[in-house]
Amino acid sequence: MSQDVWILAEHFQGRLNDITLELVGKGRELAQAKQGKVAVVLLGSNVNGLMSELAGADVVFVANRPEFREFTPEAYGAALEAVLKDAHPWVVLMGSTSVGLDLLSLLSARTGKPCLDSCTRLDIRDGRLFATSQIYGGKLFAEVALSDTTTLVAVVPGSFPKPENAAAGRPEFQEIALAALPEPRTKFRKLIEPPPGDVDITKVPVLVAVGRGIQNADNLSMAEELAEALGGTVCASRPVIDQGWLPLTRQVGKSGMTVKPKLYLAFGISGAPEHWEGMKNSELIVAVNTDPKAPIFAGAHYGAAVDALELLPLLTEEVRKANLKKAS
Amino acid sequence: MGEAMDYAPRKAIKMLLEGRFNEVVASNTPWLCVSCHTCATRCPSQLQISDGLFPALRAAVMAEGTAMDQDLQKALQNTYLYGNPMGISPKKRADWAKSAGVPVPIFSQLRRPVDVLWIVECYPSFEPRGQEISRLLARILNALGVDFAILGPEERCLGDCEWLAGERGLFEMLIERNIEILGKYKFREIIMTDPHSYRTLRNIYPALGGRFNVQPVVAFLAERLDQLKPMLKKKLNATVTYHDSCCLGRKTSHYEEPRTLLNAIPGIKLVEMIQNRESSLCCGGGASTIYLDRFIQERVKDRLADQRVLQAAATGAETLAVACPYEPARFEDAVKLTGHEGKLVVRDIIELLAESMELA
Amino acid sequence: MNIAVLTKQVPDLVEGVEIDSTGKAVDPDSIRYILSESDDHAIEEAVLLKERNQARVEVFSLQTGEVRDSLCMALAKGADRVVIVTTGLEAPPSNHTAAKIFASVLQGLPFDLILTGVRAIDDLDGSLGGLLAGYLNLPYVGLVRKVELANGAAMAVVQKEFPGGYAAELEVKLPAVLGIQAAEQPPRYVPVSRLRQVMKTAKVEEQEATPPKSESVAVERMFKPEEGAGATMVSGTPEEVARQIVNLFSERRLVR
Repeated sequence: MSQDVWILAEHFQGRLNDITLELVGKGRELAQAKQGKVAVVLLGSNVNGLMSELAGADVVFVANRPEFREFTPEAYGAALEAVLKDAHPWVVLMGSTSVGLDLLSLLSARTGKPCLDSCTRLDIRDGRLFATSQIYGGKLFAEVALSDTTTLVAVVPGSFPKPENAAAGRPEFQEIALAALPEPRTKFRKLIEPPPGDVDITKVPVLVAVGRGIQNADNLSMAEELAEALGGTVCASRPVIDQGWLPLTRQVGKSGMTVKPKLYLAFGISGAPEHWEGMKNSELIVAVNTDPKAPIFAGAHYGAAVDALELLPLLTEEVRKANLKKAS
Repeated sequence: MGEAMDYAPRKAIKMLLEGRFNEVVASNTPWLCVSCHTCATRCPSQLQISDGLFPALRAAVMAEGTAMDQDLQKALQNTYLYGNPMGISPKKRADWAKSAGVPVPIFSQLRRPVDVLWIVECYPSFEPRGQEISRLLARILNALGVDFAILGPEERCLGDCEWLAGERGLFEMLIERNIEILGKYKFREIIMTDPHSYRTLRNIYPALGGRFNVQPVVAFLAERLDQLKPMLKKKLNATVTYHDSCCLGRKTSHYEEPRTLLNAIPGIKLVEMIQNRESSLCCGGGASTIYLDRFIQERVKDRLADQRVLQAAATGAETLAVACPYEPARFEDAVKLTGHEGKLVVRDIIELLAESMELA
Repeated sequence: MNIAVLTKQVPDLVEGVEIDSTGKAVDPDSIRYILSESDDHAIEEAVLLKERNQARVEVFSLQTGEVRDSLCMALAKGADRVVIVTTGLEAPPSNHTAAKIFASVLQGLPFDLILTGVRAIDDLDGSLGGLLAGYLNLPYVGLVRKVELANGAAMAVVQKEFPGGYAAELEVKLPAVLGIQAAEQPPRYVPVSRLRQVMKTAKVEEQEATPPKSESVAVERMFKPEEGAGATMVSGTPEEVARQIVNLFSERRLVR
């Protein structure tokens, strides 16, 4: 087994996803400790435009083929399986995402290499790699000692910082030699765009977020009043969207939008990992939840264990008072 | 509510007699009855409309497999799993008592018979405003030296909403369990703050094997008026109008005890709304429609709670007194929606008593 | 058309999860089990497919928790056959082990579609569906929110979720494994009377399977997120809390 760190790149509509850059950054830190290399595996079609973003890697293994233009678990999985067959990197990192999750399990079964999901931390102790994963809706963490064979690890986006400065290296590009792939049983048909929304919540500076704790659609009006007073917009965690109380474009989280507003107010949101992932980098996070043990309090800047339904109108009143004071 | 129904009850009954079952079941009619019992009170043929026909219609809808309102479905599923519609662990059912400021004995830990079993029920156990009222009642009972206990984590929903929602199977499951739990303990009587559950325990359980000596808290306290009066030290100086809830009123006829208590509080002037006692107007939260607020709001222009608040305001009262845990939140919303914020406050009788007893 | 649904029981978070005395695993005594939420969606999607096509649905589960209750629920919803797979294993196995067990059970059986929830709250070593597909050499798509049959049921057309409200429509030649994120409609309600009736009369089959050599992740320790090492908590009456929070906003010029 080498000391190299591999990263499976993810891209969408011609741009590398942030998770790839986050993993390249972390990969560099890990590889440096063991004098290993950072290698990125990039599958796609017309990927030349992405190469410049991968300057942080030492090696980029590229397969530039029409069949990789859109992601299908089968095509990407078969190619990666072939690449990994004769390679034994220390660890293979990918995002715990729509792309990475499918690949993680398929590859683990096909290559026999162990895998780990929902990773939020990677540390080296006594020369060994330890991964920490979050489970049970973020209520518990498990620290796992990675074995002495190549391990596949899916990392929660946003766990590691995106390197601030563009890396200045010149990676070596290697074309992946792939034998003819078998006739695929999975084919991409089309991309379904989200319904045209009223607001792009990724561009709003103040977000008032509601979760299950809001209890019913009636109480949304309280959140809307507060949002209006603050010059912001209401958004929600998945359960509220699934109930149909707000459109899909207002969903924050893993399968929704990722937001980084100046202020994120979370009402009745427990802070399950899928939601946290979508807003953890907000500048100021204030959470309100009747459960003082709600996972969201572990990461929020400020919190209050009071009833959101009681607090919402009081906050709106105070904000309006403050607005008047400021205006006068 | 008949105005908002696709087929008002009279028409629905006619259609059912004509064999047009599928049309009635597919309409919104089954879900807009709030079980206020006005129809049954007035019906010259004594038809069990709100207690019989509507639950049966709802059960038929469920048996058909028609998609149910998600809020109601969640409430029923939560009750099945956790014994309460909120979906909170039963282990936390007595958490409200931790900050009561007085001892609240839990039967399983007490291991002796008590005089009074206080069945707290779901809203007063888990809903913040309901919990406040529970704490105040605990202090009142303590001040009166009542020997009482609660079931705490062993307590489960008594099933009023589930029965009226048409979930007969869930109701029977709850009855079985509750009769089993109540059978474990020795007590002289049961008191309750939740009129819906009180009505079910008093009127429905006996036929299904559970006969208990039960009364609502307002009746229990009214019995002890002589002991209570000297403790009502603080003068409250308010004009109060009392809302007769359907379950304490039409369904069980407890009209005078709440008024007796209110009149005993120094400084309170009691006035009556245009519809009171038997003719009282429902707040709109019964029969599990408390989970159908969004459904109802989409179909009904003038919410019952709003109409009732206007009636209260018309009396000139500053306080609307209630005795049902569903009501404070509903009426307070209605106070805001009708523009009476700051002019009319909603208080449970327990809150008023506790304030006068300086226990708040 | 034959559809298999693989389900499992997981700890119910409403009742909480505690760590056992070894510090490396969850305390089984602290747990109440419940059907994994996305498996519930997998059952619903399977029943919807059965209702729209001529299909047969069989639900399988390993023997953890109140599995009999959830299998009876599946029958009440419309499943044709339910099976508990017994292995003699004491603790719930890892997903790798579970996938190998199911692979041995399903090998050679004429299932066109195998559905399972895309992930469960206690997943650590990948997801069951993807692992199973890998072992059986079947195509796999995860995070599926809609399934339709096409080409005379030789193919499934699925929608796979992506962030930001996007989705990809893919066609998959059957047989295939799908990891369900959400069914097209919320899992249907089964009246308790119907459930109790099914529980009294239903046949829940049992099938033995030899567990493979156990593969699990080497958990060094489990821990709870640090309490207090997180948000600065604001306390007081709701009015006081509101004032303090708005002061924070004013300090940061977030008030308009």
